Amino acid sequence: MTDTDEPVLVCKDLCISYYTRAGEIPAVVDFSLTVRPGETIGIVGESGCGKSTVAMAIMQHMGANGGIKSGSITFKGRDLTRLNEEELRSIRGSEISMIYQEPFASLNPSLKISTQLMEVPLAHENISKAEARERSVQILRDVKIADPERVMNSYPHQLSGGQQQRAVIAMGLLSKPSLLLLDEPTTALDVTVEAGIVNLIADISEKFNTSQIYISHNLGLILETCDRVFVMYSGEIVEEGTIKSLFNSPRHPYTHGLFSCIPLITTDKNAAPLKPIRGQLPLPFERPLGCYFGPRCDHFLQGVCDQAHFQMKTVGGEPDHRVRCLRYEEIDYKQVVSNTETKVSPEIGKRVLDVDGMKKYYEVKDSSLAALISGKSVRYVKANEKLNFTAHESETVAIVGESGCGKSTFAKVLMGLETGTGGEIRHNGKEISHIKVRDRSTEQIRSLQMVFQNPFDTLNPSHSIGGQISRVIRQFGVETDKKKVFDLVMTLLDTVKLPRDFYFRKPRQLSGGQKQRIGIARAFAGNPSIVIADEPVSALDVSVAAAVTELLMDIQREHKTTLLFISHDLSVVRYLSDRIVVMYLGHILERGTTAEVFAPPYHPYTEALLSAVPIADPDIIKRRIVLKGDLPSAMNPPKGCPFCTRCHRRIGDICDLELPSEQLVKDRHVIKCHIPVDVLSRIEPVIRKPGESDLNHA
Amino acid sequence: MSKMPSVGFAAGMWRVIKSIALLRESWVGMIGAFLVLFWILVAVFAPLITQFDPNASIQPYARPGTLSASGSIFWLGTDHLGRDILSRIVWGSRTVLFYAPLATLSAYTVGILMGLMAGYRGGLVDDILSRISDIILSFPVLVLYIIVIATIGASGFNIVIAITFASSPGIMRIVRGLVLDLRNRDYVAAALTRGESDWRIMLYEILPNARGPLIVDACLRLGYVIITIGVLGFLGLGLPPPDPDWGGMVNETRQMAIVFPYMTLFPCISISSLILGFNLLADGLREISLRD
Repeated sequence: MTDTDEPVLVCKDLCISYYTRAGEIPAVVDFSLTVRPGETIGIVGESGCGKSTVAMAIMQHMGANGGIKSGSITFKGRDLTRLNEEELRSIRGSEISMIYQEPFASLNPSLKISTQLMEVPLAHENISKAEARERSVQILRDVKIADPERVMNSYPHQLSGGQQQRAVIAMGLLSKPSLLLLDEPTTALDVTVEAGIVNLIADISEKFNTSQIYISHNLGLILETCDRVFVMYSGEIVEEGTIKSLFNSPRHPYTHGLFSCIPLITTDKNAAPLKPIRGQLPLPFERPLGCYFGPRCDHFLQGVCDQAHFQMKTVGGEPDHRVRCLRYEEIDYKQVVSNTETKVSPEIGKRVLDVDGMKKYYEVKDSSLAALISGKSVRYVKANEKLNFTAHESETVAIVGESGCGKSTFAKVLMGLETGTGGEIRHNGKEISHIKVRDRSTEQIRSLQMVFQNPFDTLNPSHSIGGQISRVIRQFGVETDKKKVFDLVMTLLDTVKLPRDFYFRKPRQLSGGQKQRIGIARAFAGNPSIVIADEPVSALDVSVAAAVTELLMDIQREHKTTLLFISHDLSVVRYLSDRIVVMYLGHILERGTTAEVFAPPYHPYTEALLSAVPIADPDIIKRRIVLKGDLPSAMNPPKGCPFCTRCHRRIGDICDLELPSEQLVKDRHVIKCHIPVDVLSRIEPVIRKPGESDLNHA
Repeated sequence: MSKMPSVGFAAGMWRVIKSIALLRESWVGMIGAFLVLFWILVAVFAPLITQFDPNASIQPYARPGTLSASGSIFWLGTDHLGRDILSRIVWGSRTVLFYAPLATLSAYTVGILMGLMAGYRGGLVDDILSRISDIILSFPVLVLYIIVIATIGASGFNIVIAITFASSPGIMRIVRGLVLDLRNRDYVAAALTRGESDWRIMLYEILPNARGPLIVDACLRLGYVIITIGVLGFLGLGLPPPDPDWGGMVNETRQMAIVFPYMTLFPCISISSLILGFNLLADGLREISLRD
């Protein structure tokens, strides 16, 4: 099978439609793709571009209202669209496997992992239970699960997210499929866990000779895992090519736009602002004539691009590189790039926020008999342990960490939704960590506002946009006169670059990015002095996220606001923040200016985080550090250094037994580690750009 | 997305029209709406439909279709006291359609307030309210009605009180469950961080978003309340005679049901059709709410 060069999967001129009450919705148009044995294909695109529909079509699992309108899907010479249910069943799960985004949803919570794994070979092959078990254990070992026997006997909820996804991948590989479909397999995972899974996926094709189709919205992940990449936009492929040719010279304006939207870990906000793609993805029935990307394209030429739908063209000299653009040869991206404006970084003002030894413990009552006997009926979750940092006017401070590190708890205490257990948070010199929001003065409430993470949750679906913003204005007493409130809402809508008639709209009529803009307008309505943004763009598509990020920073610049930016994405953080606070299990492990944190000396955890960030730049050389294990539970943290269980630079027992003290590197750059600073300083940087001796010192 | 009207009122009207248009797509819902609408029209136009005084004794034991002395026809016959059954059913619909929605509304007001408090405040408030509702729910409903009515006497408004007392714990449970989910939404946190009062958050931020399931439940519950009013009438705990009351009509004539089945049958059909109407309407609404 492997020596022949016969393709595993060929999709030819595939058109897929959904049939709804509103009529036929063409989800995928004119889709062609060839997967050769052992090859990993990446499909990249924003939500709604049809990439998951393609995967579903390959699985022939379209749901009741979907159907393939024309074209064929040939898997090893058999046309999948013509097979009956019985024949499909023998292919699905044995020759083609699929791995979904949410690992917990893919595992049956009431069955042991062993049952679920053994089921695969038992269903497809005629083998004994013992043999099935043996193979299951072996495959778990292959996906690098440390103790396969224990995992076999566990229920899904007893495993961490990373282990669950590994188990799901193991399940997918058990039947030795020729084709593995991965639909955003790491989106639900933390970055350091993601790094391990990505490593695993990159090894799969080599080890099992399995062809893979990797669906993602993240160009960096595609770069790290795939051989060839297909860029989809609004239901069609706009560009395809090998990783090398596409990443080095993207030809389609959309691909190019995507690259300008993602903050690279090597750029920062003032030198090279992100260039968001204007507008938004057209709905399937709103697609324009000609090029679907036309209305959002900077190189749109009337009379050329809007005539008829056109075919993919092979880029001269590169047989594998095809692009759906009439003008790809004429466009000179270099010229466009040189026009990029640079922004002036704002003057950092006086100190507005002082976090001084702030602690937040949650009490957990254990009412079990054992706890009663031992007398330990109350335990504490130490969500925040002695946080120390400061923030100044006009400054952006990023709080970085994976889920469960206590960053959201800190936000809650700062906002007054919870009260701190110890220490102080001083805002303009006044202690606020022990005052609940309701007991704060209007002035204090007004000057501390928040932008929330989930765009679908941040606005009340029952009330109009205008009503929700006006409420904030009236609540803070900024204006009381009806007419003036209305005018102010209009000004705010202008500020966040939304049309004024959004005043009357309901949240469900807005897209995710638009909702997030309203969320920002609402936070800035009272002209706050500090705004906390809790992962404000992590749920948005890249092109939209770039626009929202830029907007947030523009407003911040204008209002001289202090921005506390909570995030797990180091490239965004590198891009927009002045100072960084790295948190792990409730502790601050490192803090300093962006340049300081991104260059040695690093805390080992910072080093691992940096290494885990997928970078969509093929030129960059990255040192790979994959952390072992998972985040320990906050109920039962390690005794010594919180990071000791996963640290790749552990120096000995001291790490397990003693909490390291803060080492001052320079001015406000602090590392909490037992390794002396001068040893840490000699560590080679994680990310290097060829031609530069040291990127971060340059 | 279709073009949206940009004015608040017009947008509201547009939504009402659209939801009625949506109901048209569910034939179950349409039948329900038709039955309910039919009874509402009957109740509204009662004086125009009927030719007899519902409480006047005219001609006992007249079969359906008998011609009366005044020249009008007893379409559904008369009962043992000589009262026109059609007139009594028509006027009786007014009683049902007045007290049933009133009782439901009252039960909802109490249930929603309790549910909001229990779900939003949690802790001790939740414990107390939940235990109270457990106690009330542990009684057989009928016993509860009998106890309440026997204590405060039989009258229209006491029926409302009895029904409120017996059904609000169930409503509280539903609301509490919905609130437990909704209170963790970011928009509630946003309201908290701008210092809104608890009541404003409960009534303005949370309650409107729980309306979907509550409207469907209210429709179903309206059906149960109609049964309850019928049952109370049947047990003699309903409206005091001689005012027409469907349940009471069944009760008064049940001993003659073998000889004069029409006396019992027609009030029974009326009760069933109205309940069926509300249930089908609830089904239709649920179908629509699941779709969008």
